Amino acid sequence: MSGNERTLLTQAQMAAGVKALAESILAANPGAASIALVGVFTRGVPLAKRIAAEMEKLGGIQVLVGTIDITQYRDDLNTFQMVPKLEGSDIAFDIDDLNVVLCDEVIYTGRSVRAALDELLNFGRPKRVQLAVLVDRCGREYPVQPDFSALKVALAPGERVAVRFEEVDGQDACTVQTQASTR
Amino acid sequence: MTPRKDLLDIASLTDAEIAFVLDNAVPFKDLFKRSVKKVPTLKGQTMLTLFYEPSTRTRSSFEVAASRLSADVTHFDIESSSVVKGESVLDTVETLEAMRVDYIVVRHKQAGIPNLIAKNTRASVINAGDGWHAHPTQALLDAFTLREIHKDLRGCRALIVGDIQHSRVARSTSLIFRRLGMQVAYLAPGSMMPREVPEEIPQFGNWRDAFEWKPDVIYLLRVQGERMDEPFIPSSAEYHRNYGLTDERVKVLRERGLHLMHPGPVNRGVEITDAGMNYEKCLINQQVENGIAVRMSVLYWLRPGAIGSGSGNLASSPAVIHSAA
Repeated sequence: MSGNERTLLTQAQMAAGVKALAESILAANPGAASIALVGVFTRGVPLAKRIAAEMEKLGGIQVLVGTIDITQYRDDLNTFQMVPKLEGSDIAFDIDDLNVVLCDEVIYTGRSVRAALDELLNFGRPKRVQLAVLVDRCGREYPVQPDFSALKVALAPGERVAVRFEEVDGQDACTVQTQASTR
Repeated sequence: MTPRKDLLDIASLTDAEIAFVLDNAVPFKDLFKRSVKKVPTLKGQTMLTLFYEPSTRTRSSFEVAASRLSADVTHFDIESSSVVKGESVLDTVETLEAMRVDYIVVRHKQAGIPNLIAKNTRASVINAGDGWHAHPTQALLDAFTLREIHKDLRGCRALIVGDIQHSRVARSTSLIFRRLGMQVAYLAPGSMMPREVPEEIPQFGNWRDAFEWKPDVIYLLRVQGERMDEPFIPSSAEYHRNYGLTDERVKVLRERGLHLMHPGPVNRGVEITDAGMNYEKCLINQQVENGIAVRMSVLYWLRPGAIGSGSGNLASSPAVIHSAA
């Protein structure tokens, strides 16, 4: 199980990426009185909170933050060896007619975003839904594309993007892990 | 958490598994507040209810739970089925196996039937009550309901009142309460007290002594009509007077701020009165609502065909009549 890990974004680059996402979201939603960011568990949640904090610094707009746990909406639960513990979703505001930005740390196949969209739409009928990710990894299996991304990369199938946030993991890091091939 | 195939009783669950089911029931209950109460978790799966005994709320609770998980729900109607014509349980199970249902919820008057079924089907089997043996989802919903009130149940005292000897609810609920660190005592007429009660459970024959034990919650059992004949108790009026929650006793509950639970359905005028039903700390309606959330959590956890089920290990059982292929 040996493998190696290389840095994709430094801590400073992560912070700059979050700031750039906040700026792009504001620029893309001119005239919106309020924007809601909805973070996808687990690491979309700290990402959404950080983007919201940056947007509030840039000012002039109300930023609502909610969280979404897509486990109940996954179509691959039966393939999991373990049954995941549920976090539950928490969107404590009405999303009808809002501009909602889903936040996830990485988009790869697009399947998680599909699940997140399905769940989000059960909370109401937003005016518009956009997608912000820190890392856009090529390799989509569904026709879902991010509206905002800090970095776009193409990686080999055995490689995995690992984003860590201090709030969840005790440190900030964005790396590529390579599993040593055993077959 | 590793999935299990079946839920047959509380005794075979680990502490971690109990906590897993109770914790996950919280986000399932949160769904009830939303306009769309449904999630697609079990889309394409089928749950079948197989009730050899009548059921007031358990069956509908399972059906609502499965519907909210997007499973298809079917009821195997015993009354109009070939069971009446003498088909054995295992023949019925073989039929259900051929229908490829994924979850079978079973209630039977004979203890052990759910285990037997579990060993002979690939489907996940949930015991919804077997004889005097077990009613695990009732116990889980009772624990969940109390946990909403007392975050930490350790040291909390529950007094279970009624026909404990003939109650699967008492068995399962008493066990889960103790597993969660609670103290349990029984109040029952001698004829309804089990012959062998674990040492740590105090037994009382009257309310005065039971109140002195300082319970936090009173858990009333339903008095079953068929037990009303001798030798159990002479009459429902006498039961009410001696063991029922009379209006006078409701006053004691109110003075002391005790919670009240009952698995339903109630016999008004026997184990409880209108005043008890209207008592502000009566948790019966919460129990019903929580039953759906807890059963959703159980269905979410179980996995048809999984190895290492309750007491029915599909892989090692010689009684397997169908492979998991």
